[in-house]
Amino acid sequence: MRDTFVEAASAALDADPRLAVVLADISADRFADAAARHPDRVVNLGIREQLMIGVAGGLALTGMRPVVHTFAPFLIERAFEQIKLDLGHQDVGAVLVSNGGSYDVPSAGRTHMAPGDVAVLDSLPGWTVHVPGHATEAARLLEDAFRTDERVYVRLSERGNAAARPVGTGLVTVRAGSPRSLGVVVAVGPMLDRVLAATEGLDVTVAYTATVRPFDQEGLNRLVAAAGQADVLIVEPYLEGTSSHEIAAALSDRRHRQLSLGVSRAAEVRAYGNAADHDRVHGLDVEGIANAAREFFLV
Amino acid sequence: MSTTTLSRYADLPALIGLMTGDEKHQAASASTLDALWVLYDRVLNLTPETVDDPDRDRFLLSKGHGPSAYYAVLATKGFIDVRTLRNWTEFDSPLGYHPDRVLVPGVEVGSGSLGHGLGLAVGTALGLRAQGRTKPRVFVLVGDGELDEGSNHEAIAAAGRLGLDAITVIAIDNRSATHGWPGGIAERFKVEGWAARTVSGRDHDALYSAFTTPHSGRPLVVVAHVNKKGSVR
Repeated sequence: MRDTFVEAASAALDADPRLAVVLADISADRFADAAARHPDRVVNLGIREQLMIGVAGGLALTGMRPVVHTFAPFLIERAFEQIKLDLGHQDVGAVLVSNGGSYDVPSAGRTHMAPGDVAVLDSLPGWTVHVPGHATEAARLLEDAFRTDERVYVRLSERGNAAARPVGTGLVTVRAGSPRSLGVVVAVGPMLDRVLAATEGLDVTVAYTATVRPFDQEGLNRLVAAAGQADVLIVEPYLEGTSSHEIAAALSDRRHRQLSLGVSRAAEVRAYGNAADHDRVHGLDVEGIANAAREFFLV
Repeated sequence: MSTTTLSRYADLPALIGLMTGDEKHQAASASTLDALWVLYDRVLNLTPETVDDPDRDRFLLSKGHGPSAYYAVLATKGFIDVRTLRNWTEFDSPLGYHPDRVLVPGVEVGSGSLGHGLGLAVGTALGLRAQGRTKPRVFVLVGDGELDEGSNHEAIAAAGRLGLDAITVIAIDNRSATHGWPGGIAERFKVEGWAARTVSGRDHDALYSAFTTPHSGRPLVVVAHVNKKGSVR
């Protein structure tokens, strides 16, 4: 997805004089060609993440469309007050594009993990959050984001699903349950293929979204209304429970049950290895999701 | 509107008094008052009519604390109605202890939390440069205590290296930084490639001369000395 981002942003730099890419060394080599063509609109600030967001705010104040990119912990966590004040409080927008996600490169350890990025950004109003599950989805979402003035976070991952799904339209039903189904499973971005495998044989509706903010509350309410039970399982690739409040709000008009799967809040996993190892630890591999789903849906 | 009559430097204490209720002391102790006056009276190509002109000069008040002098100067120049000053910090007033750009015409950035204005200024200068706008200048006012913030050091280094000569930083030095700046503030900027001037923060002609110092290819810092924080002249 990172290559897709570089391609999409480079093409947009050629086509749209408003676009500017702000970097802090990460991925700067990949933008070398675009920087040669647009030296004033590809700015590598060196390893200065607070400044990245301040610069994005300043660019936007002059009418430019800033695109800011680095690894998720440095982009969202390190300069969080700048995100709150230099963008939100100034009432300007930017496209923040992270790479690395929760634990895409676990051999780098905790310093390069940011499972809480969506949750902390969720404490601020006015952000659109995209979590694409396929490079094609990422390209589409990025191109749309480049054209607006909104505050948009695009969370890219090294991992994803085999096929691209429709994006930008709220929850999409991938597998419909019967009218007597056990409930609804929402898979976010890269979790879809694992969710489909884990719920194989269960009478549930599986819905997909690559956009979690704003969350499609109406869509979820409709899907739950059509299901046999008002039980919702959501599987997100970041901190568990990040979207629980959205589900609670979506279903505030009906008695319901809900369960959120995601990266465990319980403890810092102080281990390296690969992403599959961490999926297992957090119960986000197919087996873990399947066990949780069967227990939750009382199968 | 009373703004037509309250438009002089001599009116500033009375205007500040509308906010503070104390005409005698607030003006003298407002460390930023003279620098702000010289900027708005003699330097900035900025009027209430040009606040949305893309080629206007920008003034970014980074040191958003104690904005009464700022509001008073904006009132003398007609950006805000003098009567608005009386109700400052009330719920429905656009004027608070920290200014909000969304609420006050002519206020370029909302500030209060220290260490944000300079980064925004770097982005503003880059945005103007990318659009080929060479006319506008970007003035940023910071305090010497505010320079403690690491975010400023990111911005100072980058602005110097990127040669952002649209930027002029006004550093009001009232010696409020807890650990101080050995060698003076100007030295900190100079090693990063900035042009620097150090003047009295009360001398209008010296401030004007410093603000208009040519500094082609390099950003400029004007260090304006005022009385030590808390001291009485």
